[in-house]
Amino acid sequence: MTFLYLGHNCATLGEIFELKAELNSDKKEKKKEAVKKVIASMTVGKDVSALFPDVVNCMQTDNLELKKLVYLYLMNYAKSQPDMAIMAVNTFVKDCEDPNPLIRALAVRTMGCIRVDKITEYLCEPLRKCLKDEDPYVRKTAAVCVAKLHDINAQLVEDQGFLDTLKDLISDSNPMVVANAVAALSEIAESHPNSNLLDLNPQTINKLLTALNECTEWGQIFILDCLANYMPRDDRESQSICERVTPRLSHANSAVVLSAVKVLMKFMEMLPKDLDYYGTLLKKLAPPLVTLLSAEAELQYVALRNINLIVQKRPEILKHEMKVFFVKYNDPIYVKLEKLDIMIRLASQANIAQVLAELKEYATEVDVDFVRKAVRAIGRCAIKVEQSAERCVSTLLDLIQTKVNYVVQEAIVVIKDIFRKYPNKYESVIATLCENLDSLDEPEARAAMIWIVGEYAERIDNADELLESFLEGFHDESTQVQLQLLTAIVKLFLKKPTETQELVQQVLSLATQDSDNPDLRDRGYIYWRLLSTDPVAAKEVVLAEKPLISEETDLIEPTLLEELICHIGTLASVYHKPPSAFVEGSRGVQHKRLPARAGSGESAESPDVGHSGPSEAPPAVIPSQGDLLGDLLNLDLAPPTVTVPSVQPSMQMGAMDLLGGGLDSLVCSSRALGGDIGGSPSMGAGLGAAPAAMPASLGSAPTVGGGLGDLFDLGGGVGMPTGSYVAPKTVWLLAMKAKGLEISGTFARRGGIIQMDLSLTNKAMSVMTDFAIQFNRNSFGLAPAGPMQVLTPLSPNQTIDVSLPLSMSGPVMKMEPLNNLQVAVKNNIDVFYFSCQYPLSLLFVEDGKMDRQVFLATWKDIPNDNEAQFQIKDIHLNSGNRNKYVLDRVLQNYSKKTNVFRDCMQKQMYDSTSVDSLVHDSLLLKGSYDAILKIIIWCNRIC
Amino acid sequence: MAASAIFILDLKGKVLICRNYMGNVNINEIDNFMPIMMKREEDADLSPVVIHGSTHFLWIKHSNLYLVAITKKNTNAALVYSFLYKLVEVFTEYFKSLEEESIRDNFVTVYELMDEVMDFGFPQTTDSKILLE
Repeated sequence: MTFLYLGHNCATLGEIFELKAELNSDKKEKKKEAVKKVIASMTVGKDVSALFPDVVNCMQTDNLELKKLVYLYLMNYAKSQPDMAIMAVNTFVKDCEDPNPLIRALAVRTMGCIRVDKITEYLCEPLRKCLKDEDPYVRKTAAVCVAKLHDINAQLVEDQGFLDTLKDLISDSNPMVVANAVAALSEIAESHPNSNLLDLNPQTINKLLTALNECTEWGQIFILDCLANYMPRDDRESQSICERVTPRLSHANSAVVLSAVKVLMKFMEMLPKDLDYYGTLLKKLAPPLVTLLSAEAELQYVALRNINLIVQKRPEILKHEMKVFFVKYNDPIYVKLEKLDIMIRLASQANIAQVLAELKEYATEVDVDFVRKAVRAIGRCAIKVEQSAERCVSTLLDLIQTKVNYVVQEAIVVIKDIFRKYPNKYESVIATLCENLDSLDEPEARAAMIWIVGEYAERIDNADELLESFLEGFHDESTQVQLQLLTAIVKLFLKKPTETQELVQQVLSLATQDSDNPDLRDRGYIYWRLLSTDPVAAKEVVLAEKPLISEETDLIEPTLLEELICHIGTLASVYHKPPSAFVEGSRGVQHKRLPARAGSGESAESPDVGHSGPSEAPPAVIPSQGDLLGDLLNLDLAPPTVTVPSVQPSMQMGAMDLLGGGLDSLVCSSRALGGDIGGSPSMGAGLGAAPAAMPASLGSAPTVGGGLGDLFDLGGGVGMPTGSYVAPKTVWLLAMKAKGLEISGTFARRGGIIQMDLSLTNKAMSVMTDFAIQFNRNSFGLAPAGPMQVLTPLSPNQTIDVSLPLSMSGPVMKMEPLNNLQVAVKNNIDVFYFSCQYPLSLLFVEDGKMDRQVFLATWKDIPNDNEAQFQIKDIHLNSGNRNKYVLDRVLQNYSKKTNVFRDCMQKQMYDSTSVDSLVHDSLLLKGSYDAILKIIIWCNRIC
Repeated sequence: MAASAIFILDLKGKVLICRNYMGNVNINEIDNFMPIMMKREEDADLSPVVIHGSTHFLWIKHSNLYLVAITKKNTNAALVYSFLYKLVEVFTEYFKSLEEESIRDNFVTVYELMDEVMDFGFPQTTDSKILLE
């Protein structure tokens, strides 16, 4: 029978009438045909809901086929006809007691699909019976029905005790029932993240493992996915589960294999690495992963995305399997691209020749995207495998000679990276690159070429001409190119100032005056000021030595990688994104973590047991905006382990107090100092020892000497309270950006201890627990001195105030602005990031006393040529030491020892914000006229 | 769990048959599938996952048909693809060949099979020997 597809969505009245008559016919066959016609209309999207009572009337039949058809109709229309759906309840109840198990199962399956709240309570009794049915087919269908009912009315399911019955089914004798019960429980548990629905214990695990061997492929996947959420108690249990899961690796169904790989990857985390079994397991993982590449393309794609993760987590598994990732001509493009990515990840000195030969071939194929990626891959190989760099460069040059436009452009982009990895090695190729300047039409390639010209301006005779040629169409370029052009010309100017003054002025004016782009404008202004204020400093900044880039720019950040490993086989592993990034309403779902290796107990054998897996050091990643975040994540958010960094000289200086009794004389002498203090090149041991000589009276009222006492008096005079100034809390993290967690805070210094005062407010509906905090590396090594103490769970609408003591012994990295602090806060829901700025006065120690000699030595240490002098008029120096002091500070800051301001400022003395902005500005502008002006204004104001 | 609904579409994106297993995704979401596919075809990007908003379409192509599973969750993608291929296998065994015509001619059987092989998004028995009972 063929049904014609009609274009309209409404059955005509005539049709309905005709069907109605047929449905009410006495003849069974006619009835059945009529229902079929109804279903056919329904399938093509016609509205046949008007026939609801007539179709339901056909429900009471012994004919299984007719019953199925009626049920099909019911599932489709019950929701739109809830009142009439009740008419069907009686039949369901009756069918659930039918002697035929197929009918019982059909009834229980269908009734769960009728998503009408009103009738759910009528379904409880039949469901209860079916859950205990003697036939496993009925029981397994009933198990799924519990999940369906839970989706409609969760409370009802809990009240009726169905969850317990479902848990009991895990011990069912039939493996399919076990599998469905596991699937249903997992589904329900997903919407109740904090429930203990799946509190697996060794007994239940044993039952699951037994059922695993006997159930269908799908059931095996349910069970494996469920197992993956279990945390074994120790490495022995972990090993025994691994042993029983390993046979699944040889299953023909790729999804079973991937789920088994997930369990193994997760549980082997716990195995001691010197265990023989650990090595055996690693070896067993390779062949099934290779076999996955013979599956259908879509499955290959999923497998490759997952292998990409596995290779990053445990490179040793597939290190000898390079060849299987070579691209086949008939692979779909999405498979080709994924294979390329894995090839580079696996590239090593041992196989690089093979890889390069392949890549060179790929670069001559027809598919543009693929060719581009192949060219880029050659560059990545050069950066990854140092020994191959030369060959890679010559391969790239060969490719440039082909003059195929997109090949040339890609090659230039990667050569730029190669320059950054191996400076002063391959610059001889620049000439060849310059020949292709005119053919570059893609922003990325143009930007790369401009970067190269700017970076090596001194070696390119006509660098100015080249850059000038780009400048003509400045406003038509993309932002990327504009920014690069600006920087390159500033570089050029600093290298060849005499010939290029006009050019630099031109670009600065284009960037600042003729552009609407704030990034470009700001960068232009910064260069402009830098150049006009202090060309020497500008040179230091702009032409600073760049950090070398490292081999992997695209490694997945380790915490995310761990989470993704726990999601092997799922969409998350395909997207390389955590589920919370793409699943609505997934807040409150715990991020999955790999288990910790059994290290604390009897098997604490090797020092390198950490959750980061094998001992290979994680490759450094090029610092970029994204990677700073990466660093935060990297910190693991456990209570901080204080790693004392090698203290840089500037830190030492900062740590000591420069303020001492010599204050008075200093201000007087500061004008005279200029000439006669020779710059002693290094500070020497005397300075290093100075901190130890400081009185250990931090925290108590400072033992004040001479000038300091005066300062104190004045402080009182200004009206500051005796305690330090604490800014009111401001909101750092908005609830809407942090799944309901709002954080506001401020910084304070109390009794010599820096504290971060936080208010955590729960604006979500669920309770928050497990708070932890971590800082990114920052300018002054601020780090939590201990874990954040949030002892009680944070209920909705509750606010908790926490004071977190901070130490200054964390890792140091210069931030922009200097006082910027990037913070990660974790709770049971997610990890959130925000940044805040602390007042610099926070860092100033209470005890400002310093020996005069030491102070002078310090002063002397600042090279002479860093010193500048200027006259400040109209300042009433007699108004107190405060002004002298301020001036002194400014002078010192001005002298370009820019790191020296974590020092002696007596914060009690001043309105902190003024001091901050003062110091900050004078630093940023390196003592530009503006800053001095500000200081004068400020001094006048407080006088 | 694995799929909220499964569709069989013709090459133009017209729904030949659809089975909504969970009721948590609007069936009309499928209307977004084909326009995205057309656009991707222009870009020569035919990766097997299509996203529209928070809906994910996992699809395979068999002769002149698209088999599409949709979900809003972090579903087991490997399971979905191997299930879709299994579905093709089962239909082929029933109807000799799986194509537009065979779906249209056997829609009652197709519905019955789809009901049998998946329940509430969980794949069930897909062994055609057992299904033939």
